[in-house]
Amino acid sequence: MSPTEATTADDAAEGRPGAGETLRRIVQGDLSAVRVVLGLVVIAIIFQVQEPRFLSAENLTNLMLQITTIGLISVGIVYVLLLGEIDLSVGAVSGLSAAVMAVLSVNHGWNAYMAIAAGVATGAAIGCLQGTLFSRFVVPSFVVTLAGLLAWEGALLQVLGQTGSLNITDPKITGLANIFYSDTVGWIFAVVIVAAYGALTAVGYRRRVAAGLEDTNPLPLIVRFVFVSAIVIAAVAILNSDRGVPLAVMILLAFVVGMEYVARRTTFGRHVFAVGGNAEAARRAGIHVNRVRIAVFTIAGTMAAIGGVMAASRLFAVNQNSGGNELLLLAIAGPVIAGTSLFGGRGSVWTALLGALVIGSISNGMDLLSLSSAVKLMVTGGVLLLAVLVDAVARQQRQTTGRV
Amino acid sequence: MADGTPLLELEGVSVRFGPVQALDRVDFAVGAGEVVGLVGDNGAGKSTLVKAIAGIHAPDEGTIRFEGEEVRIKGPQDATELGIATVYQDLALCDNLDVVANLFLGREQVAPGSGRASRQLDEVKMEHETADLLSNLAVTIPSLRSEVGTLSGGQRQQVAVARSLLGEPKVVLLDEPTAALGVPQTKQVLELIRRLRERNLGVVVISHNLVDVFAIADRVFVLRLGRAAGEFQADQTTEEHVIGAITGVGEGGEKNHQSEAKPGEGEKK
Repeated sequence: MSPTEATTADDAAEGRPGAGETLRRIVQGDLSAVRVVLGLVVIAIIFQVQEPRFLSAENLTNLMLQITTIGLISVGIVYVLLLGEIDLSVGAVSGLSAAVMAVLSVNHGWNAYMAIAAGVATGAAIGCLQGTLFSRFVVPSFVVTLAGLLAWEGALLQVLGQTGSLNITDPKITGLANIFYSDTVGWIFAVVIVAAYGALTAVGYRRRVAAGLEDTNPLPLIVRFVFVSAIVIAAVAILNSDRGVPLAVMILLAFVVGMEYVARRTTFGRHVFAVGGNAEAARRAGIHVNRVRIAVFTIAGTMAAIGGVMAASRLFAVNQNSGGNELLLLAIAGPVIAGTSLFGGRGSVWTALLGALVIGSISNGMDLLSLSSAVKLMVTGGVLLLAVLVDAVARQQRQTTGRV
Repeated sequence: MADGTPLLELEGVSVRFGPVQALDRVDFAVGAGEVVGLVGDNGAGKSTLVKAIAGIHAPDEGTIRFEGEEVRIKGPQDATELGIATVYQDLALCDNLDVVANLFLGREQVAPGSGRASRQLDEVKMEHETADLLSNLAVTIPSLRSEVGTLSGGQRQQVAVARSLLGEPKVVLLDEPTAALGVPQTKQVLELIRRLRERNLGVVVISHNLVDVFAIADRVFVLRLGRAAGEFQADQTTEEHVIGAITGVGEGGEKNHQSEAKPGEGEKK
């Protein structure tokens, strides 16, 4: 072990975080993921009691497919929220990008991958444009993207033309949301994910120990590893007992993990958190704040486009409603429900997945119970309000305990 | 005191905010291994002078020379690249990031072998260097992974001062480094400033506290209403003389014989 004199002395005085500390962290939102998982359990119990089909393999598979689009869009939204900004255009952008893809594929006979790439590029370009307008001219992101919401919906109608809807026939596009892997492939995924996660955890831990750093208690890591492995194995077992692991789920998971990696482990991600926490401090530290902002809005546009492509693939069509309705608000509500702060600097990409799961389960469960749209909207609104209130209360508590 | 060319030299620097003349043709210099105390009343232009050097407010007029070469400092990055580090009064820390992340903000260490595109953070290396640096400076923080927002004012100040040293700067600008500190922490920071001088850095310390200034500064530079109002060798003057220059009471005589042999900034009206 090497030098940690500066810290170890104080550790003894301060004491290691105990059970009370852990409880405080759950309440105040540091461990909001735990809060959300508990919420999911409650939701599952409520619906399962009313409707035994809720936890069936078939319905859980459907649920995963239903949340793919919202989850992907939310991944981009998380980045925008981390900056303390908002992007209201993501719904419209997802619709427009899907329409561009559909028109190129159906009307112009483009190769599927080229069409998808063009659709995604459309979203990226729009995000880049909005980010530039927001950062260069210091227009509130709310206004820029609200204008975008209107403009891109108009562009969607324009691109779709007279018929107002396009049926997608290319199996390479429709396959994105409709391919299921065999049981064997599913289990290979599970083994690879668990092994990779375990290996990365172990390597990281050994490096910390080798460097003689503090916080080398392995117990939380082991608990987390067991927890993650159990979820992965359970998920694959459930999906396999129905149609198998869907490609869509793997795509969503890949983006969540990849973008979480970018947020947590790369220089760029660190700068996003810094700008969201204190833009002036970031600027003085030599971070190109505007570049970070433009990049984040480009990510939001790109993820919206990818979500739109997945939605089109699942529906086999793009129409005037694509990217409309409550998609935008649900995509923003998800991460907020799961603990990403609306005020910037706090959150994680996992909240995109967790939030989509919460919103998806509520919506799916109410569908099973054949509740009306009126009830569904009111319940979803109530859940969002509750989640934001919890976030606000947590923030107030942080402030009274000197944490901003 | 610097021999020959000063490390950093300002000549006739003016900064205006609209109709307000925050700095009016100020000449200022700091040499290697020298601690200059920058004093003056509220609104005298101390912070503005520091911000002009640090690239936050580009001067409207005047020249800046670094190691004898004329330079243009257009942004904080320029100042950092030259080797000028600044600790602001408001500390400019990100409360939502931990101590390690704040220390390395804007100059994150990238893991060996990770490409330019992926730019993976080398957290272990950064945490290790943070622990080393803080223990060298005798700074005590409960946990390097605690968010800076959870630290006390004194701890935050120490983190901010420690951060300024990471880039191996040649000049360090400290804006009221002891204002938020208790007595023992103030002592630590003053001790730290002496160590900077021993490392042959040029140090500029803004302070309201003349006791602290006299404890560490080689030279005291007084600003009044945006203009240079006197310059004193710390060991050849008294607090009364400096206070006189700060308030403008009993000007004239004092300045003329205490003033350094720098081109008479006090006389320019």
